Amino acid sequence: MRTKVLLAAVAVVAFTVPAFAEISDNVIKIGVMNDQSGTYADLAGPGSVVAARMAVEDFGAARKGMKVEILVGDHQNKPDVGSGIARQWYDVDKVDVIVDVPTSSVVLAVNQVTREKNKALLVSTGATSDLTGKACSPNAIHWTYDTWALANGTGSAIVKTGGDSWFFLTADYAFGLALERDTEAVVVKNGGKVVGRVRHPFPTADFSSFLLQAQASKAKIIGLANAGADTTNAIKQGAEFGIGRGAQQFAGLLVFLTDVHALGLDKAQGLLLTEAFYWDLNDQTRAWSTRFAERHRGARPTMAQAGVYSAVLHYLKAVEALKSDDGPKVIARMKEMPTDDPVFGKGKVREDGRKIHPMYLFEVKKPSESKGAWDYYKVRSTIPAEQAFRPLAEGGCELVKK
Amino acid sequence: MATAREYVGAPALATHGVLAHQAVAFAVMVALLALAPFIVYPVFLMKALCFALFACAFNLLIGYAGLLSFGHAAFLGSAGYVSAHVAKVWGMPPEVAILCGAAVSTVLGFAIGALAIRRQGIYFAMITLALAQLLFFFYVQAPFTGGEDGIQAVPRGVLFGLLDLRHVMTMYWVVFAIFLAGFLLIYRAIHSPFGQVLKSIRENEPRAVSLGYKVDQYKLLAFVLSAGLAGVAGGTKALVFQLASLTDVHWSMSGEVVLMTLLGGLGTVFGPVVGAFIVVTLENYLAQLGAWVTVVQGVIFVVCVLTFRRGVIGELGRLLGKPL
Amino acid sequence: MTILGIPVQALFGQLLIGLINGSFYALLSLGLAVIFGLLNIINFTHGAQYMMGAFVAYFLLHGAGLGYFASLVIAPIVVGLFGILIERTMLKQLYHLDHLYGLLLTFGLALIIQGLFRHEFGSSGLPYDIPPILTGGTNLGFMFLPRYRAWVVVFSLVTCLGTWYAIERTKLGAYLRAATENPALVQAFGINVPRMVTLTYGFGVALAALAGVLAAPIYQVNPLMGADLIIVVFAVVVIGGMGSILGSIVTGFGLGVIEGLTKVFYPEASNTVIFVIMGLVLLVRPAGLFGRER
Repeated sequence: MRTKVLLAAVAVVAFTVPAFAEISDNVIKIGVMNDQSGTYADLAGPGSVVAARMAVEDFGAARKGMKVEILVGDHQNKPDVGSGIARQWYDVDKVDVIVDVPTSSVVLAVNQVTREKNKALLVSTGATSDLTGKACSPNAIHWTYDTWALANGTGSAIVKTGGDSWFFLTADYAFGLALERDTEAVVVKNGGKVVGRVRHPFPTADFSSFLLQAQASKAKIIGLANAGADTTNAIKQGAEFGIGRGAQQFAGLLVFLTDVHALGLDKAQGLLLTEAFYWDLNDQTRAWSTRFAERHRGARPTMAQAGVYSAVLHYLKAVEALKSDDGPKVIARMKEMPTDDPVFGKGKVREDGRKIHPMYLFEVKKPSESKGAWDYYKVRSTIPAEQAFRPLAEGGCELVKK
Repeated sequence: MATAREYVGAPALATHGVLAHQAVAFAVMVALLALAPFIVYPVFLMKALCFALFACAFNLLIGYAGLLSFGHAAFLGSAGYVSAHVAKVWGMPPEVAILCGAAVSTVLGFAIGALAIRRQGIYFAMITLALAQLLFFFYVQAPFTGGEDGIQAVPRGVLFGLLDLRHVMTMYWVVFAIFLAGFLLIYRAIHSPFGQVLKSIRENEPRAVSLGYKVDQYKLLAFVLSAGLAGVAGGTKALVFQLASLTDVHWSMSGEVVLMTLLGGLGTVFGPVVGAFIVVTLENYLAQLGAWVTVVQGVIFVVCVLTFRRGVIGELGRLLGKPL
Repeated sequence: MTILGIPVQALFGQLLIGLINGSFYALLSLGLAVIFGLLNIINFTHGAQYMMGAFVAYFLLHGAGLGYFASLVIAPIVVGLFGILIERTMLKQLYHLDHLYGLLLTFGLALIIQGLFRHEFGSSGLPYDIPPILTGGTNLGFMFLPRYRAWVVVFSLVTCLGTWYAIERTKLGAYLRAATENPALVQAFGINVPRMVTLTYGFGVALAALAGVLAAPIYQVNPLMGADLIIVVFAVVVIGGMGSILGSIVTGFGLGVIEGLTKVFYPEASNTVIFVIMGLVLLVRPAGLFGRER
C-alpha cells in the first residue's frame, strides 16, 4: 500500500458546535486519490489537491466551525494499490469521502470498497460510464464527464462532418474499452462504420506498429481511445509517419488541456475534442482559473481538477445541511440539492449518480490564433446538459426506478 | 564448480531434528504473531504473513538448493488469479480456491523448473525470469485475468462451511494458520534426508552425482515444492485483498521476494519471515515518499550484497553462535 | 496483393518496424554479451544505463544546447565513466564470490538509479525532438518510412559490426578473448587484466547509453524506459548464446524481425514470442544458438 499521506489540517477550531455532533470523529476527512507522478499526473495529480483545498476554503469551513482534513494518496494507476489505500483510509484513517480517482480500473475497485465500507466516493477524473451503469452505487457520484459523453460529443460531431470510417487505437483496460464501445455505438448510429481496431498495452511508449496498422486500414479517422501520455505519444509518432497531414486524421476521444499544452499547438491544431470545462468560457471560470493558476505553478485547470472543486464544494454543502457525514445519506442529499458553482454553473445530480452540466465541443486553435500560453481552444458547439449524457433509462443502473 | 568461491546460501550444518533454540525462536514468533492483530492493523499483518510464506518458499530454493529463481512472482500471481477466478466465477469455497491456485502453481513449477534446470547458476536465474515474463504477457492478454483491471470483488466466502471470512479477525487466524502450516512443512523438508541431499548438491554437485544421487530430480522436486507453497501464499493473498492483479506477476514482485529473503538471511529458517515483515513495513511507511521506496530497496540490495550477506537473522545467528 | 491473407504493405511495413526494434535488441544484447563474456556478470543495470544515455542526451540539449550528434559521442562516454566507477568500487569486490551476487548487485543498482530518476522526473516522460536533419521520410510505396528510423537501423548495424570486428579481428580483441579464457596466463604475459576488465565493462555500458541516445527521439525519455526492455534483451542473449558477439547481433536483429512478423499475423502473441522461442531453443540447444558451453 503506497499511501502518500499529507495530513493538512485546513480548519482549526477550538470548540465543536453541538449541531455537528453526528460528524464522525468531529472531523470531515477528504481523501484525494489519483496518480501523483505518472501518466495522469498533469491532468489531475497535485492540481486536484489544490482544487480540493480551494473548495474547502471557499466553502468557509473555518468560519462555520467545521473541521476538514485533506489526505493525499498516489494509486500509481494500479487497482491493487488503489484499493489498498482505500481500505486503509476507511478502516484506519477514518476517511469519509474519496475524491477524484482517475484510471477506470482503479476507480472500479475503489467503488467496490467504498460500497462495502458504506462510505462516499466522488469521481472526477475516472471515465468509465459503467459507474452510472452496471456499477452504479448509492455511495458514489460520477461528477465531471464519462466515456458516453465524450463519445457523444466528439464522435457524432466528427461523423457528421464526413469522418465516417473509423479505426480505433485503444488502451487495453476498462477505460479504453468503454470509450471504444461508446464511441463505436455513436459512430454506427450516425451512419458511419468501424473498419478495424487494435488494442495497445497501457501505457505504451512505441506506437509505430499500431500506427502502421491504422494506416493500412485506410480509415478516414483514427480514433484514439486512450488518454494522457498515450494520446500525446500516438499523435507525435503519428506525425512522424505522416498521419494528420493528408487523408487520415486523429480523433482524440479524451484530451485534456494539459495534453494540448504538452503537444504544442503546431502538432495539436485542428484537433476536435469534448470537455466539460475550459478556463476561458466566461467571467466566472476565468476568475476561478486565475486563482487556481496562482496556486498551481501558473498552469490553468483541466476539467478534472475543476470537477474536484465542484464536487467537494457540493459535498460540504450537503454535509452542512444534513449535519452528518454518513456516506450514502450525504450522497442522497447531494442528489436532492441543485448544484451551483463558478466552474460548471447550475446543474444537478441524477438518481443514477450522474452529475449533469453542459458539455462543449472544442477545436484546438492554430498557433496564429492563440494569444499566448493556455489560450488553446475555440468553442465549436455547446451540448445542453440534458442531451450531453446517456439517458437514464439506457444505463442499466439498478438505482433507476423503472 | 569452484569450491573456493563463497556460494549463495547458509553453511551446511549437521542438523537433524529440532534444535532447542530454534524451538524457542518459533515459540516467540508464534506468540508475537498471535498478539499482533490486537495492536496493529490486521490487514497489514495478513499481507506480511502472505509475503512471509512466499519468502519462505523462495528461500527453500535459494538458501538450501542454491538455485536463484528470478521469476517466482509467476507462481504467486498465477495462483492468485486462479484462486480469484475459482472463488468469484465458479463460486467455490475458499479452501477449494486456494487449493486450486496451489495446484496450478505446482504444475507451472514443474514446467518452468524442468526447462530451467537444464542450465545452472546465472543462466538458471535468467531463464526463470524470462519464462515468468512470458507468463506475465500472457496474463495481460488473457480475458479471464481482466488485464489491467484484474479480478476484482473476489468473495472471501465461508471456510469449510463454518468460518465466515468476511470478519477481519477470523480471516486473520485462518491466514496465520496457513502460514504456520507452510512454515512447518518447509522446516520439515529442510531437516530431512531430502534437505540434506539438497545441501550437498549445493555445496558440491559433482560429488553428489558421483555418490549416485539423481541431482536433477532433487532440484526439480525442490523447485516444485517451492512453487506450490508460493502458490498457497498467492491464493491466500488474493482472498485477503479480494483482488488479483498484474502486480503479482510482474518481475518487480520477483525482485521483492529476493530482497526479503536476502535481507532476512538466505538459508536461515526465520530469515525470510523477518525479511518479509521488514520490507512490507518499510514500504508501508515509505509509501509517502513515492519513488524513494524503489531507491531504498535498491540500497538494501547493494548493502546486503557487499557487506551484509548473511542478512538480519544470519548475523543474529552468528552472534549467538547458533543457526537460526 | 496478399500473402497468407495479409496485404503485402502491412507485411513489409511491420518487418521494417521489426528491424528497427531489432536494432535496439542487437545493440543492447551486444553490450550485455561483451560484459558477460569477460566479467561473467549479468549486468542488470544495463536497462538503467540505457535510460541514463537518453537522459544525458536530454540534459545536453536543454542544459548545454548540445544537439543530438554531440550527444551520440558524449553520452556514452559520460555513462561509460559512470560504469567504470561502479566496477571499480563495487563489482570488483564480488569477483571471488558466486556469480549470483553480481546479478543481485546490479539489480539493486538498477532499482536505485531508476528510483532516483523517477523521483526527480516522474514517469510520464520528457520530450526529445528528432534532429531536424533526420526528420521527414520517404514514401516507399508500401509504407512511409521515417528518415530517423532508417538512420537507427543503419547506425546500429555499423556499430554492431564495428564492435564485432574490433573484438574478433584486432589485437586488442584478441587479448580480450584470451583474458576471458585464462586471465591468469594473460596477466602473466604482462597484460593488465584488471584494467582490461574495467574498460570492458565501461565499453559495454557505453553501448547501452548509445542505444539510449538513439532511442530518445522515438521512445520518449522516461525513467522506466529500460526496465521492461532489459528482460527481453536477456531472452535475446540466452537465445543467441551468452558471450557470443556475433550471436547477439544476429539474434537481436532476427528476433526483432520475428516479433514484427508476429504483430502482423498474430498480434496478441507479439510480446511473448521471443520468450517462447527462448523456451524452444533451451529444449533443443541449451547453450544457445551460437553459444559454447562454458
